[in-house]
Amino acid sequence: MTHKFLVHAPGDSVGVAVEPISAGETVHGVVLEDNSTTTITARDGIPLGHKIALVPLSAGDSVTKYGESIGRALASIVPGQHLHVHNVKSARW
Amino acid sequence: MPQEIFAYRRENGTFGVRNHVLILPLDDLSNAAAEGVAKLIPGTLAIPHAYGRLQFGEDLDLFFRTLIGTGANPNVSACVVIGIEPNWTQRVVDGIATTGKPAAMFSIEGAGDLRTIERASRTAIGFLQRASEQRRERVDFTKAIVSMKCGESDTTTGLASCPAMGQFAERHTGAGGTVLFGETSELTGGEHIVAGRMATPLLRDRFMKIFNDYVGFIEAQGVDLFGSQPTQGNIAGGLTTIEEKALGNIQKMGKCQVAGVLEPAMPPAGPGLHFMDTSSAAAEHITLMAAAGAVIHLFATGQGNIIGNPIVPVIKISGNPHTVATMSEHIDIDVTGLLRREITLPQVGDVVMESVARTANGRLTAAELLGHREFVLTKLYRSA
Repeated sequence: MTHKFLVHAPGDSVGVAVEPISAGETVHGVVLEDNSTTTITARDGIPLGHKIALVPLSAGDSVTKYGESIGRALASIVPGQHLHVHNVKSARW
Repeated sequence: MPQEIFAYRRENGTFGVRNHVLILPLDDLSNAAAEGVAKLIPGTLAIPHAYGRLQFGEDLDLFFRTLIGTGANPNVSACVVIGIEPNWTQRVVDGIATTGKPAAMFSIEGAGDLRTIERASRTAIGFLQRASEQRRERVDFTKAIVSMKCGESDTTTGLASCPAMGQFAERHTGAGGTVLFGETSELTGGEHIVAGRMATPLLRDRFMKIFNDYVGFIEAQGVDLFGSQPTQGNIAGGLTTIEEKALGNIQKMGKCQVAGVLEPAMPPAGPGLHFMDTSSAAAEHITLMAAAGAVIHLFATGQGNIIGNPIVPVIKISGNPHTVATMSEHIDIDVTGLLRREITLPQVGDVVMESVARTANGRLTAAELLGHREFVLTKLYRSA
């Protein structure tokens, strides 16, 4: 089973597509820190290098990658959704 | 290192991996004469730039430090400096000459471009002939300063190319070497992690002061960097926020502690990983690092930054399969195997070490082959 996304740290709310992912596709991911695997069904198409949500998020929730906050959700996000500038914003500016 | 390194030993005990005879203009007015010399004497290298007139205070100090550091860089065999007037020109030559390498100054006032070009060319001929007889000798490369930056970053930078540089940073500093990184603005969101890596509380305070001063400078402009950081290229590559960009950026530190905090273009006092206060603009950054004595620069790119430097070989590393396929002439090290998990991070570290060794031994990098010679001085504020 070939992975299509990578997760930096256990518990991260996002994975990064290392191949393009189609909407509706069930894909496998690997967590880099501990080599554990996870499976998720994509809600949206995810271009290579873009993020797929792994956990449900509410507006205002912190989005985590590398085990650190990378910003806040602007809306409710469900697992499998494409996560980018349309639904996540920096907490800095 | 995986193989022996042969480099050019300099008068002050440092060694260079290139052997340039530099024609350095003091100021914008002297670019034409400097380029005239380089045209007459093929094999010499003119590096025109936009500044050098009516600068003052801290900005002038940085200007001198950068020009002197560039001429003093171990990759430079000898340096001709041409300026409109003699005083500042002499100051730069005197600074370069403290290394013991040949340096000569020419000023244009009272002579004109043509006479200056002729005089400077006669000196450049002597410098170039001398350089042509210099031979590479076996050196202890762990004494070298290597700098690092990432540019046109995307999520593959944090997954692959920055961790690849982190491997180099760990190994080179572990062997007693010196590694420089900077990009003050692009640490936003990861500054607490960088601060936590500082070797002493004093360094942590100095780093946080530099970082907070930068944030204060942005705020004093009445703006924020939304729309500028991350850049459009970053966003196209999947980076959503400055925090995400910064967390990928700092993967280049590996697991290293930070042994020093440097002002722009300031040479490090000892070995280890050092942070330098720099812009995140690639040409300015590498120019400052070269002025601090870096002889090789590692550059991680996702979307495909094509930066080079006139005196320092820039090694491009990319983990983005699209970039590696579409911009192959710009990429020296392909680390896309990390995304596919076909190769481990330590194996990638071996590849980077080997590439640095081959580059140090004279192999031209993609940026050198393509003629990328971006030399850009950092200007702190407007001239008088």
